[in-house]
Formats: sequence, C-alpha cells, structure tokens
Amino acid sequence: MVVAGTSQLRRRLGFFGHWLALALYVLAALFPLFWLVKIAVTPTDLLFGEGIRLWPSSTTLGNFATVLRATDFPWYFLNSVIVSLCTAAAVTVVASLSGYALSRFAFRWKNAVAFFLLLTQIFPLVMLIAPIYRLMTPLGLVDSLMGLILVYTAYNTPFATFLMQSFFEGIPKGLEEAAMIDGCTRFQALWRVILPLTLPGMGATLGFVFTAAWSELLFALMLISTETRMTFPVGLLTFVSKFSVDWGQMTAAAVLALIPACAFFAVIQRYLVQGLTAGAVKG
Amino acid sequence: MAGRALRLARQAPAGRRSFRSIAEPWTYLSPTLVLIALLMLVPLIVGIGFAFQNVQILNPFKRGFVGLAHFQAIANDPIFWLALVNTLWWTFASLILQFLLGLGLALLLWREFKGKRLVQAIVFLPWAVPSFLSGLTFAWLFNPVVGPFPHWLHALGLLASPDNILADPALAMWGPITANVWWGIPFFAITILAALQSIPNEMYEAAAIDGAGMLARFRHVTLAYLVPTIAITLLLRTIWIANFGDLVVVMTGGGPANQTQILPSYIFTMAFRKLDFGYASALSMVLLALLFLYAILILEMRRRLRSAF
Repeated sequence: MVVAGTSQLRRRLGFFGHWLALALYVLAALFPLFWLVKIAVTPTDLLFGEGIRLWPSSTTLGNFATVLRATDFPWYFLNSVIVSLCTAAAVTVVASLSGYALSRFAFRWKNAVAFFLLLTQIFPLVMLIAPIYRLMTPLGLVDSLMGLILVYTAYNTPFATFLMQSFFEGIPKGLEEAAMIDGCTRFQALWRVILPLTLPGMGATLGFVFTAAWSELLFALMLISTETRMTFPVGLLTFVSKFSVDWGQMTAAAVLALIPACAFFAVIQRYLVQGLTAGAVKG
Repeated sequence: MAGRALRLARQAPAGRRSFRSIAEPWTYLSPTLVLIALLMLVPLIVGIGFAFQNVQILNPFKRGFVGLAHFQAIANDPIFWLALVNTLWWTFASLILQFLLGLGLALLLWREFKGKRLVQAIVFLPWAVPSFLSGLTFAWLFNPVVGPFPHWLHALGLLASPDNILADPALAMWGPITANVWWGIPFFAITILAALQSIPNEMYEAAAIDGAGMLARFRHVTLAYLVPTIAITLLLRTIWIANFGDLVVVMTGGGPANQTQILPSYIFTMAFRKLDFGYASALSMVLLALLFLYAILILEMRRRLRSAF
C-alpha cells in the first residue's frame, strides 16, 4: 500500500513537473511576440506613462492604420511578397528537377554532386555580398527585385533539392516505370504521374523557401537602395534607424511582417522535421 | 534548353542509348548547377581576386593589385582580433544554450499528452519568426523605455540600474545571444525529437528485460542512438552560427565600440558601410580558412575517437 502510494505520488510529481516545464517553454516562446503586439496596440501617450505594464489600460489600432496609410510599408510588403513568391516558385521548379535526379538516377559523380550541394549549405554567403554587388551592377540587377530573386533562388535551391529528394523517395519507382512501359517518356511520366503525387511536398518546399526569402536581410540591404523597391526587412530597418522613437509604428509594422511568416508556418508545420533535416542545416 | 535536350535524347538512335542515359540525370540537374555556378562559384572566384586588390567603390581611382597587403593589415587590425574572439564566444555560447534547451524540449515532447499538437505548434513558432524580426523584438525587449527586461534584471539584482545591456560593452553580446537562443531552440528540438522517435521500441524492452534501470536505459539506448545525429548537427550548426551575422547587424551594428562585432558582421559592415570590397573579401578568405580548419579538426577528432574505441 505504502509502495503504491509513493509511486503514485512520484507519477503525480512527474506529471506536474512535465507540465510546468512545458508551460515555461510555451511562455518563453510567446512572450516576445506578445510584447511586440502589446506595444503595437498601446496608444503613444500611455506607452511611457504605464511603463512595463503587461497590458495597457486602453488599446488602439491607430498605429496599424498609420503604417498602412501614411508610410511606405505597403510598398515594402508588396515587394517582399513579389520577391518571396517568385523565389519560392522558381526554386520549387528547379529543385523538383534536381531532387528527382538525385532520387531516381544512379550515375557517376552523384555522391560528389550531393556533397557539393551540402557544402553550399555551410558556405558563408556573407562573403559573396561584395562580389555579387560588383557583378550585378553592370547587368542592371542592382536595385532591382529581379536581382534579389536570382540571388535568393540560387541560394535556396540546394536545400530545397534535398527536401524534394526526400519527398520523391516516398513515391514508389514502379509508378513511372509503368507509365514509361505504357509509352510515356520519362519527363511525361514525371509530369503526369509523379508530380501530382508530390504536390504536398512541393507545397512544403514552397513554404520553406517563401519563409527564407521573406527573412533575408543582408543581401537586400546591399542590393536595394530605392525606397519603393525595398523589401520588408530593409524597409523596417531603415524606418527603425530613421524614426527610432516611433515605437507604435515600428512594432505595428513588425507585427504585419510576422503575419505571412506565421501563415506559412501553419502550412508547413507538418513537414518541419523533413525540412530541417534536409541538408541538416537549414536555419 | 532542357526541352530541346530531351527531344534530342528521345530521337537518338538505339546505339547512342548509353550517351542518353548518361546525359539524362545531368539534364535534370543542369538548372540547379548553372544557378549555383553563376551565383556562387563565379562570385567566389571574383571575391578571391578582390582579396588581393584595392576595390573601394567610394574611391574608384585607388585601384590595382596589392598582393598580400590586406592580409598584413588584417594581422595588425585590432578589430579583427576582437571580432575573432567575439565570434568564438558568440558561436559557442549560442550553440550550447540552444542545444541544451532544445534537448530538454525534445525530451519533454517525446511522449503523448493531451494538447500535444497545439503545444508543439507554439514552442516551434520562434523558428518561423524572420531572424531580423527576432533581433528587433529582442532589441526592444532590452530597451528600458518600452521593454521589461532591464527592469526585471534590475529587480533580480543582476543589473545595478535598469539600463540597456545592448549599450553596455561588457554585457552587450548577451543581447544577440539571447535572441539567437530563443530563435534557434526549435531547430535543435525538432531534429533531436526526430532522432528520438526513430529509436525502435524493442531496444527499450530488451534493455528492461536485461534489468537496465531508467538511468541505464537513457545512457545506453537513448544517448547511444542520439549521439551520431547530435554530433553531425552540432558540427554543421557551429559553422552556421559562426556565419550568422544578421542578429548582430540588426541589434547592435557591432557596437558599442565593436564589443559585439563578429566576423560576418565585420565583413558585412566593411562591404556595406565602408564599401571597401577588397578588405571585406580578404576578411572573408580568413573566415573561410578558419571554418575549413575547424571542419578538418572535428573530422580528425572523430577519426581518432573512432579508432580509440
């Protein structure tokens, strides 16, 4: 009886400890984002008076309205959407082809290609910023969204290749072999039989690349200078350094930048494990 | 291009089948390889060239080959040495904290409980927050005007007065490290959780039959399975964090007085603010060489450890 009692107590304690530890992680994950939203909805006159209260005594959506109407943020938002969507679409197409090649063909140098793609993943991209700027200037790709899309497409393709490869591995090879026996070429078999089956995988790839392109800062800072061509990270950072006292507007803009990221996170959440282990280093 | 190559391949007579089967995988790989060649390899070669030249966009007349002058300047550049020490500090502090907290989270999630899906979605959410936003948010949290952190740290007796640690040369590095840890925990938690879930249940049953206690089971089954995954993840992640300059650029710009300057942020500042591409490229070569040395060192250590057991 006594033994059963202590083991039950231990289980209760274990349950409580598990629950408490998880609650701490949940709190730590949410608190910074909560605070961001809190500053964004606090009226400016209350911000300094009420200091670090957890929730202001009155809230406003005025900061969001100002950001959307009176600043260049709609431009930044639009540019980021264009760049991220085009990058995601281009990468998904290119990486589907290369991922298919790595998944379906046995050929000489295959391991070398895979190793090379892995190597690009740990390569310090920051060192390419200056040469890329220099090379793109005479081509008219500096200060253009096209230039950014090209750069992002190239740098996201290796990781997306591994991701697509892992999705192709999940589809039986017999399927396109059957289609090819029925007279399809390999490309037709890929296009008509295999790709429709990898649509969820392609969606996940699209989401991962969109998130990565949406977050990129350093190349965008270097390559873009015109206000109306800035992507969101550049625009927000420029705004912060220019109007570093307008807390409400800065945080309202930051909350707006968070929305697409969270939306795509919801889409790709199921594939996080595959995504993060593809190439093993995707941040 | 690809379409034409495919059409040609299709029309090829039976005798040239071997060429076709050799060319086919490369046709599918070609867009990827061309992109990487043009936007990574070519710039890399150009950058290596820059490292031995004067390339200052603000000073177009001061150009030409300078040999090893940049590297001599680096050897005598106190900011470089400071940034090197800071990089080590930044990398290993972030890595160890991310890893330990990520491991803890993975172990907590490695069992079924009510509401697990929701909890998982919330604790992994920081991963989806763009890194620049994570940096800005923490910069604001550390700001005594709008953020609570300085007040809390002061109340806990960790700070003498509620000031911004990002402006304090001795403490500033903790700002970007905190943001990096918050942002990077999900990555480790997810990869470790995936490894945990791949451990076959029979292993635990077998260990229990052999009379292994909870601790012994954790050590000999869980850890034994995790170590290979953890080793490769840590190696790759170290390099990734050492290259990751965004948070420093966003939160402190390397300041105050270069106390948070790390090599990637120093390279970026040199290229972006000073527009000195030659010196930035020389610094990049040094960073690349150091990462290469690190990788070789780790691989060698692994080889020795293997032969030791």
